[in-house]
Amino acid sequence: MNSPITSAAVSSVAPSPHEAAHPTPPRKQIVKLSVDERLPVLLDRFAPAAAFIVLILVWEGAVRFFAIPSFLLPAPSAIAQAMVSVPLQVWLGHIWATLRVALMGYLLAIAISVPLAVALASSRLLSRTLYPILIVVQSTPIVAIAPIIIVTLGASDLPRVVITFLIAFFPIVVSTVTGLLSTPDELVELSRSLRAGRAREILHVRLPFALPHLFSALKISSTLAVIGAVVAEFVAAERGLGFFIAFSTSFFKIPNAFAGLVVLVAISLVLFRLVGLAQSFLAPWSLPKSGR
Amino acid sequence: MAACQPVIKFADVGQRFVGADGKRIDALDGLSFEIGRHEFVAVLGPSGCGKSTLLRLIAGLIRATSGSVEIFGMPVTEPRDEIGIVFQKPTLLPWFNVLGNVTFPMRHKHGYVGDGERERAHKLLELVGLDGSATRRPEELSGGMQQRVAIARALLLDPDILLMDEPFSALDALTRDEMSFELLRIWTERPKTVLFITHSIPEALLLADRVIVMTGRPGRVREVLDVPLARPRSMKTLSEPTFHELANHIRGRLFSRPVAA
Repeated sequence: MNSPITSAAVSSVAPSPHEAAHPTPPRKQIVKLSVDERLPVLLDRFAPAAAFIVLILVWEGAVRFFAIPSFLLPAPSAIAQAMVSVPLQVWLGHIWATLRVALMGYLLAIAISVPLAVALASSRLLSRTLYPILIVVQSTPIVAIAPIIIVTLGASDLPRVVITFLIAFFPIVVSTVTGLLSTPDELVELSRSLRAGRAREILHVRLPFALPHLFSALKISSTLAVIGAVVAEFVAAERGLGFFIAFSTSFFKIPNAFAGLVVLVAISLVLFRLVGLAQSFLAPWSLPKSGR
Repeated sequence: MAACQPVIKFADVGQRFVGADGKRIDALDGLSFEIGRHEFVAVLGPSGCGKSTLLRLIAGLIRATSGSVEIFGMPVTEPRDEIGIVFQKPTLLPWFNVLGNVTFPMRHKHGYVGDGERERAHKLLELVGLDGSATRRPEELSGGMQQRVAIARALLLDPDILLMDEPFSALDALTRDEMSFELLRIWTERPKTVLFITHSIPEALLLADRVIVMTGRPGRVREVLDVPLARPRSMKTLSEPTFHELANHIRGRLFSRPVAA
């Protein structure tokens, strides 16, 4: 139990010094580092790139040393050659086809998942009814039903967008629901005590609180959307990077297929980065402090 | 002490929950008391005695299972405009700066924030000792400063009643004492009917005109105690003999066995 005289009380009108302001940061001391000390710093900065380069070199060396034929495993140099040999016009055509499907499916997934998540988070009945269905859909191997979807919906962008959507939507729904439900009880009570209404409670309090979760899911789904588009193109397409890879493989132009793969990875990385940039632009507070 | 018409009136209020195991839990039982206009009342009791339930009944966030809760003579059926709430945690919105957080009730309730509210918010920030911090982010503030913002936020719509749910219990001991005196100063400048929930006896005695001492499950009123300590209260109040007598008396009421003084 507390003693009547708790710790010495500080009676002051202004905030006391310990909560007043940030202490001025100590000046960075410029100290010359010896070689031994600089090595870890350099390692930290250049290790990722160095590891990547070493990996490429080992790959190149292994292919040359063991004389692996290019239709089994092309050397990085062969892949680079293949990449240059395909005209830019052709690349852009394929990239655009894949990117368009991926983005349409991705945007469709966002447009459907976020309202769906709001519905699931607001109604116990809905979440009990719909969650099992969603999990069944998620558990169905999309790759297996992709041919069926293409047959059902015909040969156009529509089935590809649907396949992309099916692959990309689930993480967004689950994460957004988690985010919506992680809103502190006190804020929900504050909202209720103001009688602001359910719509404002969701818009002003719950959805912003779900943003960190939503953005994590958007990052995952951005790469899933590219996968979805490629899967759809494997099944039926006349252009796109998935088609290009399948086509190149069937003609044993394995370096070309690898080149297509490299472009796909690049697209995924760019999309992932763009979502990250959007987050730091739209909701910088939702990033961990070190990531700002 | 109570004025002619009580601001808050509890008449034989009971609150029952059905627990996760299907058993009935009595949170509150036969609670009756009245709180007058501009009175500062502290509710003191052990953890789990239903103090927070009591606050939520007044706020209209939950309904009593039996008895009646009235504000200004009208039964509470839903949350009302006359009430501002300060929670245990500051629960500021990380996407707004300090000013945005203080004006949030206006934005949230009416969908816009006018110049009038912004001016009010600045005055309230001055009142809580945070002038000049309007554009800072919540995460840059200490716990005490965040709770100051929460108090300003609760005062924005000028409520008659301020409900405070252990607002300083998450703060360190020094900041906590400082905030108690700050709250007294704010209450003197902006008189409100205050219901202050706490589990600290010194805090209750230092702040309140009356202390409602509650017992554990089910929560019942053990005693309603007048605090005849002179205002304005200060550091000296803490060393007055009456303060110690009252504190010991409350301890005696809270624990069945005597506590060494």
